[in-house]
Amino acid sequence: MTTKNPNYDFKWCPGCGDFGVRRAVEFALNARNEKHETRMRDNVIVAGIGCSGNLVHLMEADEQPFGIHGIHGRTLPIALGVKSGSPDSNVIIVAGDGDFLSIGMEHIGPQAQRNLNVTAVIMDNGVYGLTKGQSSPTSNFGMVTSSTPFGKIEAALNPLSFYLEIGVSFIASHYSSKPRELSALIEEAMEHNGFSIVHVQSPCTTYNDTYEQLKGSKKKGIEPGIIDLPEDYDSSDRAQAMNVVSDGRVPLGVIFKENRPTLGDQYSSMTGRAPSKASPEKILATYAI
Amino acid sequence: MEKRDFVVRFAGEANVVTATEALASAAASAGYYVYTFATFPSQILGGPIWTQVRMSVDPVFGQGDYPDLLVAFNKYGYDTHHPELRAGGVTIYNSKEFDLPVDGLNFGIDVEALAKEVGNPRATNFVTVGAISQEIGFALDDVKAFNKAKYTRGRDSDAQIIDSNDAALELGAQAARDSGIFIESIGASNPPEYEQIMAESSDMIGLGAMAAGLDYYVGYPISPATKILIWMESRMVGENTFVHQTSSEIESINTLIGAGFAGRKAMTATAGPGLSLMSEGIGLAWMSEIPLVIVNVQRGGPATGLPTKTEQSDLFSCIHPAHGDVRIPVIAPGDLEECLFGSAKAVNWAERYQGPVILLSEMVLSERTQNIEKPDLSKIVVEDRQVYTGENGYHRYEAEEVSPMPLPGGPGAYVANGSEHDEFGDTTHLATVHVHGTHRRFGKLNLLNDGTYEDINPDASVVMMPWGGSKGPAREAFEALKDRGVDIGWVYTMYLNPLPDGLLDLLKSKDLVIVPELNYQGQWSALLRMDRVNAESITQYTGLPFKSGLLADRVETMVMQHQEGKVLA
Repeated sequence: MTTKNPNYDFKWCPGCGDFGVRRAVEFALNARNEKHETRMRDNVIVAGIGCSGNLVHLMEADEQPFGIHGIHGRTLPIALGVKSGSPDSNVIIVAGDGDFLSIGMEHIGPQAQRNLNVTAVIMDNGVYGLTKGQSSPTSNFGMVTSSTPFGKIEAALNPLSFYLEIGVSFIASHYSSKPRELSALIEEAMEHNGFSIVHVQSPCTTYNDTYEQLKGSKKKGIEPGIIDLPEDYDSSDRAQAMNVVSDGRVPLGVIFKENRPTLGDQYSSMTGRAPSKASPEKILATYAI
Repeated sequence: MEKRDFVVRFAGEANVVTATEALASAAASAGYYVYTFATFPSQILGGPIWTQVRMSVDPVFGQGDYPDLLVAFNKYGYDTHHPELRAGGVTIYNSKEFDLPVDGLNFGIDVEALAKEVGNPRATNFVTVGAISQEIGFALDDVKAFNKAKYTRGRDSDAQIIDSNDAALELGAQAARDSGIFIESIGASNPPEYEQIMAESSDMIGLGAMAAGLDYYVGYPISPATKILIWMESRMVGENTFVHQTSSEIESINTLIGAGFAGRKAMTATAGPGLSLMSEGIGLAWMSEIPLVIVNVQRGGPATGLPTKTEQSDLFSCIHPAHGDVRIPVIAPGDLEECLFGSAKAVNWAERYQGPVILLSEMVLSERTQNIEKPDLSKIVVEDRQVYTGENGYHRYEAEEVSPMPLPGGPGAYVANGSEHDEFGDTTHLATVHVHGTHRRFGKLNLLNDGTYEDINPDASVVMMPWGGSKGPAREAFEALKDRGVDIGWVYTMYLNPLPDGLLDLLKSKDLVIVPELNYQGQWSALLRMDRVNAESITQYTGLPFKSGLLADRVETMVMQHQEGKVLA
């Protein structure tokens, strides 16, 4: 149920991390609109399939952004089409770890190499929630789920390390419980001229409740899983970034950032070198006998 | 005596291609009607290639059944193709590679030695064309005029190349004269009054789409569709266009969805394996109502199948490419003009009904060069989708028919949704909404019944109805059957789904609809039978097109069996 559409009946479970991510995305979009004097209609949210993708239907502002809720794993190619087809639009991807990192993983590399100027907000809960609790690429080794009754026998993917290795030009990490802080990261990611990913730990209270592991518990003697970046952290330093993402804990902040031309920049420069557009009549004339 | 129609076949390796192009271009320049065919192995260099040039005083529809002249560059080529020569046909063989016993119908030339003799090792194709011209009485002056026109490029080397090519022609012709073997003279050319062009289907598909306003293209390399990607990359350039190579066909189709959503007229081209990968995305475009065009250039399947051979076996998978209730519009051009106008129509249809359209081509079309009347591009009327310009709060999917589409940056933001969705595009599983959505999506197909069709000999109760690239050979078979006095009609359209208004009733009124098609299952006749047409296929699945003579015999047999059946009943 939303202000826009009272009949819409999808619900996240109580306590789902995705609530916080939605708030953060809304804050960030509003802030960006204000800064750039744009409107919600100038933004396009490309949503993956899974609990997290439903974010696109749950935006609460009076004016809505455009949305595409497509098919499983293909947010990035769809975003490539939207951004190259409508370069003035601000394009945000919202997807989960299953959608983005399992079935959709093949699309991350090409967008990183193109440095496609879009922002992906990934909600990682380490489990397939909507299909009721199967193991995902980021589920821990040994984790018992409905599809791994004797424990997961594959290593867990380290997404931040993967993004860094494959050439993503802006990588940030946070968790869902601090929407204001998260929103600032998303805003910075949208300002970045290039492919940006904000990877968010967004716990699934039903199938993989990791709040305690993230925040820690003095009572139970659990150390927090989140970690602030060192004060002298330099996000342009790839080696330092590699160090931080190899730690095993969830760093909070911008992990890595580099400036290089985007697909749009390169395309404009290439078309600048190409001959000007010929009319169909002119092209037809080249086939005359 | 003169002969109006010659078929020359070249068999060898890569060297056959330049000779084919030279003969075809020279013949077209001289005013003959030219129609080529080529088939390759799937490798970069070498391997058995064969090509065919048909040149005729009169317009032709097909590639020609049996060669009058075989040019064999190696023994394998000779062994494979000699049995296809028509009775009395002549073989010119590459005597550097192999020898044949003298039989009065063959002679050898060492084309490389003769090319070296004129000081231009690259003139082997002109040696070959010289010998062919001599054999069929094609005036060397015509070839020389073509040579001069082609190689006058404003370079210092022009004169040397032109002169050595001319000399190579003369040496080739002399070698043929020395053999004492002569086939027959081709009649004088009878060029039409109208302006002509010489082109391939990829040229026409690209041009037609551009003329209809295409401004966005992505593709992934795959035989035999790569030519269209290459065409687009080099020709659809400049401001407000986007052409790019993707990382897979899955990326292609989903990128088109994003671009179509953003308001672009978007297209890709692929072949069977790529079409299979696009399956889910095509369903998304249908479900979320995004205009886009997919060109599927058929090859032999399934899986990797026969990547460089021709087949018409993707029809089922084009009309029903995705899971669930879909029926995708399909236009299957049968010749070069139809590639142009069909491609333009595909772009227009996508805009008009707001959904995916498939242009179904095939390898025989993609490898054909033909001279045709210069198409009149002004016949293409550009159609643009309805765009929403009202207030926010728009109910994008509420109407029972096609409705104006909001575009990013404009009013009426909505969610284009691949899940069943309500009027806003929000997900719902309500039965009433799924029923409404299904009716809306299928109902829009009614906007696309503006196609045309051919109906020759309308009184006949038995008709031939080929589709796609079999149109040409079938048309020649049809003409042959008329000459034989067989009472048969001809129905043809490139608009396979939905059919042009009135065509289904016409087909249902026939006693028998005979469908020649290049697949095992008889796919088009099966689809027609679903619509209660009494249709039967004549199939072939060799990776090669129909021979019109053999096809005529098979159609005649089917007609006779049908008539006998009627008498016995």
